[in-house]
Amino acid sequence: MKLTLKIWRQSGPEDKGAMKTYPVEGIDGDMSFLEMMDVLNEQLIEQGEEPVAFDHDCREGICGMCSMYINGQAHGPKRGVTTCQLHMRSFKDGDTIYIEPWRSKAFPVVKDLVVDRSSFDRIIQSGGFVSVNTSGNTIDANATPIEKENADKAFDAATCIGCGACVASCKNASAMLFVSAKVSQLSLLPQGDPERKSRALNMVNQMDEEGFGNCTNTGACSVECPKEISLENIARMNREFLKASVSKE
Amino acid sequence: MANSYFLKNSLTKKYWMAASGLFLCIFLLGHLAGNLQLLLPPEKAKDAFNAYALFMTTFPAVKILSYLTYFSILFHAFDGILLTIENNKARPVNYAYSKPSANSAWTSRYMGILGTAILVFLVIHLWAFWAGMHFRSIPTYALADGTIVKDLYSEVYNAFKNLPYVILYVVCMIPLGLHLSHGFASAFQSWGLNHAKYNNLISMTGIAFSVLVPLGFAAIPLVVYFMY
Ligand code: SF4
Ligand code: FES
Repeated sequence: MKLTLKIWRQSGPEDKGAMKTYPVEGIDGDMSFLEMMDVLNEQLIEQGEEPVAFDHDCREGICGMCSMYINGQAHGPKRGVTTCQLHMRSFKDGDTIYIEPWRSKAFPVVKDLVVDRSSFDRIIQSGGFVSVNTSGNTIDANATPIEKENADKAFDAATCIGCGACVASCKNASAMLFVSAKVSQLSLLPQGDPERKSRALNMVNQMDEEGFGNCTNTGACSVECPKEISLENIARMNREFLKASVSKE
Repeated sequence: MANSYFLKNSLTKKYWMAASGLFLCIFLLGHLAGNLQLLLPPEKAKDAFNAYALFMTTFPAVKILSYLTYFSILFHAFDGILLTIENNKARPVNYAYSKPSANSAWTSRYMGILGTAILVFLVIHLWAFWAGMHFRSIPTYALADGTIVKDLYSEVYNAFKNLPYVILYVVCMIPLGLHLSHGFASAFQSWGLNHAKYNNLISMTGIAFSVLVPLGFAAIPLVVYFMY
């Protein structure tokens, strides 16, 4: 396959950046999107040009690093996949492909397609945890009975890999799906119950402080989420936050 | 904690947006019910509608509701503008190529534009009737019991006999319906009322509401224009 790539190039956080066009050849349908990017980068290195910087790690859909906005969609046109799980057979010979970084005030561009997602880490630090005693008498998590339905829902929420596709796809650059997945995961489990109020309040406040937008229930996040996290979690967080904000002293 | 105040954080803004929106939905139902009297033949409608207008502008409980309605309209618009400004700031650099149609309904993405269209209509609409009833001097009419009132019915009748106004009125019910088609169910989601057992009921009610209410409103000027 021969392709034309239009890629966002930005040498550093202060650079203005621009879209640049690159032709690339010898792309096989069985290559993953990231392998296609590797081919391009080898080509650029041979030509003495700066390779395109992009994030990646596991290349199997579990780390959430491979943030790319491909042809107007987070992680490209396929549902329920990350960029590393997207294959070139999803494209045709001669296609033009736009590749851009996540766009959000809270995800500043570091270089080219690499964005800084530490705002997500700070949200987790503000309340996305359970405080457990580790001084020798830790209770085995499996010893606590949990309703099967809640365990399943908590597990579904826990599959969020923190990739940020929800933010990238949202017209408001809102982080509600991510934050709600974390709030849900913990508040559905007995271990998370004692801190549920402070968690909901602190995580939402941190989310606002980081400069993410406000949710307007378009549902784009859930459609583009590689783990297909449900909007039900956002509703759950809305409930948790409402309860906490009217009752917490 | 001071988190429950009006517009302090993103979620509280949503709660109030949803609450004011749903309150306005209830208002729409009441307004439509009142307007249905305009479907009566003019002789009957004149007395019934003018008596109703008197009741609506003088009965204390209704007065409280109408102030709440004015406030909700202004607040809903203000909160919407605030959210839009913040949301624009959340993405300072836009995508060169974005394809939102792949993941969301356009009505959900253009709530601000649809809302603005409704607001413009509202200003014209209030100027035509509400301002006449409250501030302008318009001809009077004697009710069956002899009370002299402003003849709001004739104001409405004349407007509904005026083709450009009828067209404007009917066309403006389209953005209203589209706004409601997202807004109604969205308000429940904002309040956290998302439940597998009731989601269908909520979305079906939302669709029915967004079709039937604007249709009901649009039918009235059409009936008056073509039949009376
Ligand atoms: S909710 Fe989905 S899209 Fe958002 S960070 Fe988690 S896995 Fe990624
Ligand atoms: S590289 Fe880990 S999810 Fe794509």
